[in-house]
Amino acid sequence: MAGVGVGEARPGSVRTRLGIGRQRQILLLVGFVVVVFVLWEGAKFLGGVPWRALGTGPQGPVIHNPPFRWPLANDLNLPHIWNILLVLFQPFQRGSDVTVLQHVVGAALYTWREAGIGFVVGAFVGLALATAFVHSRLLERAFVPYVIASQTIPIIALAPMIVFAFGQSVISVVIIATYLTFFPVTIAMIRGLRSYDPRAMELMRSFAASPWQAYVKLRLPASLPYLFTALKIAATASIVGAIVGEGPGGVADGLGRVIITYNQYYITGPEKLWATILITALLGIAFFLLIRGLEVLVLRARPSAVAG
Amino acid sequence: MPDATVVQLSGVDKIFGHGDVPVTTALDSINLDIGRGEFVSLIGPSGCGKSTLLRIIGDLTEPTGGDAVINGKPAAQARRDRDYGIVFQAPVLMDWRTVEDNVKLPLEVMGWDAGRRSARAAEMLELMELGDFLHHHPYQLSGGMQQRVAIARALAFEPALLLMDEPFGALDEMTRERMNSEVLRIWERTGITVVFVTHSIPEAVFLSSRVVVMSARPGRITKVIDIDLPRPRGELTRESPRYFELVTEVREELRRGGALVDDAGAGSAARTMAEGAVG
Repeated sequence: MAGVGVGEARPGSVRTRLGIGRQRQILLLVGFVVVVFVLWEGAKFLGGVPWRALGTGPQGPVIHNPPFRWPLANDLNLPHIWNILLVLFQPFQRGSDVTVLQHVVGAALYTWREAGIGFVVGAFVGLALATAFVHSRLLERAFVPYVIASQTIPIIALAPMIVFAFGQSVISVVIIATYLTFFPVTIAMIRGLRSYDPRAMELMRSFAASPWQAYVKLRLPASLPYLFTALKIAATASIVGAIVGEGPGGVADGLGRVIITYNQYYITGPEKLWATILITALLGIAFFLLIRGLEVLVLRARPSAVAG
Repeated sequence: MPDATVVQLSGVDKIFGHGDVPVTTALDSINLDIGRGEFVSLIGPSGCGKSTLLRIIGDLTEPTGGDAVINGKPAAQARRDRDYGIVFQAPVLMDWRTVEDNVKLPLEVMGWDAGRRSARAAEMLELMELGDFLHHHPYQLSGGMQQRVAIARALAFEPALLLMDEPFGALDEMTRERMNSEVLRIWERTGITVVFVTHSIPEAVFLSSRVVVMSARPGRITKVIDIDLPRPRGELTRESPRYFELVTEVREELRRGGALVDDAGAGSAARTMAEGAVG
């Protein structure tokens, strides 16, 4: 009997599959970056404005003259990728010894803090709402339509009202980030908290478990795959919320102000806005990957639950 | 005598559906007493209500009429007193918990302290010959091993009554026979009362002290057959003439109840059972 038991175990096969998938994933990612680069610079090679030597500006020597002139491929609409990367290491203002990279990354971290606080608060608000809804059909019927309606209000319409109510401060920005976070968590968790195996609930019943025990030991752990899916959506949404909120919120230290400023100077230096967009995207990806890493860690015992 | 009676069913009815929904009589005036330490199997065709009957005993379903008295109490009270250990056809393990933590789950719910929980979980898993798998996760175990964990969990808090709903129905024949011997060993050791729902005639005969044969539509008890095979039972039991006689008796009783039909129109459930009986 015991010997049979040992033979029946099948450990570790999941890890191997993950390993192969990871390699392919990295290859795909690198391939995608290469394709974007080739398309981007290819368009400029064929239809951009004359290419000048690296870092020489508009008076530098022409090293390539494209055969066509496509407006969308000019240096204003589609700056050279190397110029976008180079601008990161130039001073962010004339005469400053702080580079664009330092400036934008500093702003990104500031925005991330606001988004992060809003994200955590929003996740708890979403969880609390979903918990109330799954325990009361009446509450669910009465309030879920308003939760959905809340997301049809454009954030640019709502942001000034929140700022008016809470003042021009980081608090308003955090509230806006919260506002964008709680929704996906609420909707996903209404489902997630009902996703337990009904027979497992019957077992809890046979153990004479209290509703709280059933919640903590069954409903909540069973819902975690749903929670993480929602959190991954909310991670990026909270950053967008924080950036948009910084404008009306009057917060000067975050990405919102950087984007507004570089927008105003786009004609003279489009690369700076592109570089900021790049950093913003990287921030979103970093936040996403952080949640993803947490998900893999928490759900590691449930190989079936962890999907891309 | 009442002291020794664990399950007392009197006039239990179960009718599904109401209003415009078609009404099905799943169970029709079921009377059954099960004594302490008995191993009773419920057998019958699909739709005969044997699982429903088990669920009524375990207070997972309310009867439409009649009384289910467990240990002298209404079933609901027995459930609140944690008199039931339940094993379903699927193991229903929590995949986020290790094997050990799955067995500890009922003990956590019941407020045992950490030391006692660990000691009991280790003891139960040792009993189920899973001592080397305490820290494995369910997905790392085979179906048979998972079901053994489910049994360890059901027995961990020493319930008075073990309810098993086709617990080995999803396992292959070899594993099933091994699990049958396993269950008998545990039953003999603990003296627990078992109510066991099954589709398999050989399984019912091999395990039980009594086999309750049921018929479908409406679900009724057609006969209760005493299984007088000597104990302890083992591989030799399966080869004894008396075993075959009893298997035949149960099969004939099922056929009389309409469960087994010889002509080509026999339902698939009945065919499955007939094939099971051969093996």
